Amino acid sequence: ASMTVREALNSAMDDEMSRDDTVVLMGEEVAEYNGAYKISKGLWEKYGSDRVIDTPITEMGFAGIGVGAAMAGMRPIVEFMTWNFSLQAIDHIVNSAGKALYMSGGQAHTPIVFRGPNGAAAGVGAQHSQCFAAWYGSVPGIKVLAPWSAEDARGLLKAAIRDENPVVFLENEILYGESFEVADEVLDKDFVLPIGKAKVEREGTDVTITCFARMVSVALDAAEQLAKEGISCEVINLRSIRPLDREAIFNSVKKTNRIVSLEEGWPHFGVGSEIIALVTEGETFDFLDAPPERITGADVPMPYAPNLETLAKPQAQNVIDAVKRTVYRNK
Amino acid sequence: AAKAAKFDLSDVEVHRLDSKPATTTTATKEECFDYYRTMATIRRMEIVSDTLYKEKMIRGFCHLYDGQEAVVTGIEAGTTRDDHIITAYRDHGHQIVRGGTVEDVMAEQFGRAHGCSKGKGGSMHMYHFENRYYGGNGIVGAQLPIGAGLAFAAKHLKQNAVSVAYYGDGAANQGQYFEALNMAKLWKLPVIYVCENNGYGMGTSLERASANTLYYTRGDSVPGMRVNGMDILNVREATKFAREYALENGPIIMEMMTYRYHGHSMSDPGTSYRTRDEVSKVREERDPIKNLQKRMVEAGYATMDELKAIDKEVRADVDKQTKAAKAQPEPADKELFTDIVLGEHIPHRAVDVKTGGYQ
Repeated sequence: ASMTVREALNSAMDDEMSRDDTVVLMGEEVAEYNGAYKISKGLWEKYGSDRVIDTPITEMGFAGIGVGAAMAGMRPIVEFMTWNFSLQAIDHIVNSAGKALYMSGGQAHTPIVFRGPNGAAAGVGAQHSQCFAAWYGSVPGIKVLAPWSAEDARGLLKAAIRDENPVVFLENEILYGESFEVADEVLDKDFVLPIGKAKVEREGTDVTITCFARMVSVALDAAEQLAKEGISCEVINLRSIRPLDREAIFNSVKKTNRIVSLEEGWPHFGVGSEIIALVTEGETFDFLDAPPERITGADVPMPYAPNLETLAKPQAQNVIDAVKRTVYRNK
Repeated sequence: AAKAAKFDLSDVEVHRLDSKPATTTTATKEECFDYYRTMATIRRMEIVSDTLYKEKMIRGFCHLYDGQEAVVTGIEAGTTRDDHIITAYRDHGHQIVRGGTVEDVMAEQFGRAHGCSKGKGGSMHMYHFENRYYGGNGIVGAQLPIGAGLAFAAKHLKQNAVSVAYYGDGAANQGQYFEALNMAKLWKLPVIYVCENNGYGMGTSLERASANTLYYTRGDSVPGMRVNGMDILNVREATKFAREYALENGPIIMEMMTYRYHGHSMSDPGTSYRTRDEVSKVREERDPIKNLQKRMVEAGYATMDELKAIDKEVRADVDKQTKAAKAQPEPADKELFTDIVLGEHIPHRAVDVKTGGYQ
């Protein structure tokens, strides 16, 4: 069957809400408006105002309410209209949700999902185009997921809602409308993906490309073009930023001896910085035949003009160039 | 049944309320002794904490509760263990009234294995989830939306319970407080916001921090009461009223007029922004323990000698529990990596991955 990421997310919430009536969805415009990006379409009509709750524009407040509700027995899904607005609420994600279990010596059970679109959309400028994977990925006590396909979106969101911990769920606006072929098992109401496991989206032998969310599309595009030149890329869809599937990365690098990390977030202290540090500080260092490479968003606030915006975001050509450097095929 | 004496209460100022708590109440001898013992225990525990902090047995930030004992004791008496409680970092008294022991509190402050948060929280992060006490929040004001969330769950799960969210006069200016009040009112969440107005947010007197110092009026559409927070019976009656109101109508604010004898935290001698005279005057005229003593003597429930005997017992008990807390072991090294997330084990990196690896 074919399914859009939007349908995958919507059906995941629908399944989990019908399975467990402590699951509630709250956020700006999630109910009567059907969601700013229509991810919650139809849920208010089906589950009513007690369980699908429009909030005022007040991120810090409703993120905190979600955390309190989780501590007292609910399983809230808190939607941020975009993750950019989560900066208003970051204290509740990091300090209230992320640290409570530890600070309480194991007492605070806080099953909550924070979700919404992350990263750059198109033409929305600096304050609305930012990747938070590295920000939240650095915090012990929360899990951070970044789906790419419809299978990822459905399996990971259902897993996140069932998880006993705070989960940061980073979607991507541009992917919402994309369709993916999904296996029948993905449609099963109990289909969940394991949190903390990466997926090899394309097997290869010459170079490992690690990526997540929309960058998986960019990596696959680059891999396809490189295949025509006889270069075989292994594309790893990380799926989970925290916990990070180190074994999957190490095993691939031991096979290909080369790695290019791809993300749309900023380079400083990014996901790629962590991945390359992991690869070079351990035994995989001895397997490397070329310096690891990072392709990232440019180290600038997102510009508005389309030509500049393109220059600020990783393109398939950037990945192709980096791969060719690692296999010493540059002109 | 035990005969219950009648007590007059001070007037309660109200905001947007048609009725008020009663102006008299009754309390049995047994109840009064129970309140007295709790308040004396908290007082003594805080004085011992002060000493042990100065002896470097207690580290980091430590905010003492002496002077404010009638607030938590009265609120506990006016609520049930089905109700949810959350506060900020001045949290030792709350732990005691919610069923924690002096040993739990002291062991936590000493960083011991069987402290109420296994020695991982410290003075500011005490919890008793079993009795619905959710801490112990170190971020000024963050407990207020969380408190509304507790009420959200109580309502959704049809618990017939309220949430009590405490904050200081300092936190009353946090933006997220107003966000939480707005949603609590919109959604009729059964939450009692308790402003422990002790006159100072750290070293800033309330007049220097708040354009409107009538904290019980600051919820706008949310009604409020200003209560004598130095009298356990006043607090108890106002709480019972507020609890009924909240279950029926949604949020309500209780401003508790109280006072802290110690500085804001242990690094603050508490004398640069207020006079010693001011502190001794409160001790002399408004002290919550003296107030209860007076009531108990007047009701014929106790003589001063009997109450002094209780003080002596409490002193011995606090010393004994403190000693037991000191004797507890430190948390095992492996505890560094437990309680990070629930469920399937996730490896977390040690300081040096070459020697400590992923645990």
